[in-house]
Amino acid sequence: MAESKNILHKSWKVRSTEQEVKKLACEMLETLRTHDFDEDMIFAVHLSLEEAFVNAIKHGNHEDPQKSIKVECLITPDKFDVSIADEGFGFDPSGVPDPRCNSNLYKCTGRGVLLIQSYMDLVEYNSRGNCIHMVKYRNTAPNPAEPEQKCV
Amino acid sequence: MDNIHPNLSLEFRGQVVIATLTDEKILDEDQLQGLEGSFLPLIEQTPGIQLIINFQNVKFLTSSVLGLLIRISKKVYETEGTLRLCCIGPKILEVFRITRLDKIFDINASVDDAMIGLKK
Repeated sequence: MAESKNILHKSWKVRSTEQEVKKLACEMLETLRTHDFDEDMIFAVHLSLEEAFVNAIKHGNHEDPQKSIKVECLITPDKFDVSIADEGFGFDPSGVPDPRCNSNLYKCTGRGVLLIQSYMDLVEYNSRGNCIHMVKYRNTAPNPAEPEQKCV
Repeated sequence: MDNIHPNLSLEFRGQVVIATLTDEKILDEDQLQGLEGSFLPLIEQTPGIQLIINFQNVKFLTSSVLGLLIRISKKVYETEGTLRLCCIGPKILEVFRITRLDKIFDINASVDDAMIGLKK
């Protein structure tokens, strides 16, 4: 762990449960507040963290509380940078159906990845697909981006 | 109506049911299950329900809530009812817009607007 007045760099390994990751999310969001990140940015980061943690717990670790989630977070005055890894086999994000297509609009799931892509400035996965890396910069447009629609 | 979740407030205006979500943040599995356990029986017990879901208190939600809303809307239409949403703040409306769910839900600015055209 490295922590100075303006930088927080921290890693955690926690059990794969809603309660455990909620504590981490709270700690990261609280740090953003102390760095005076605005409410739009905190909303964006909060939503992306929730979606990424749900994906890790449900899809990656199949709701097995014996499994763990690794988180590495870097907060500087200019950006929020986090990596979240689960113990799953990973997935191919390009293979996730676009929930905005007419054929998917009434599906009850499958919107988390789109929301993360919309609200974060950089989203990438490791080659296995079980670790997401997300970055949000302080001085970016307040409105979320709209990823290109991919409907067949 | 014995199983109404504590985080949901119901108001009956004639034949219209106004369900106000009282939580500021909806993200926990317990909250979702509680809301689903309140909404689905209510809809099943009220064929042709005219349901308005009021988001005036909601400042944060996740995609799991969107999934719940779709399940609710399917149940409402199965019973030939009507579902309208209202009082959604700008940040939450953006989530609906990004996911295009603003195209499939009847979203209104106020409860009064949502009441227009419903049988009272």
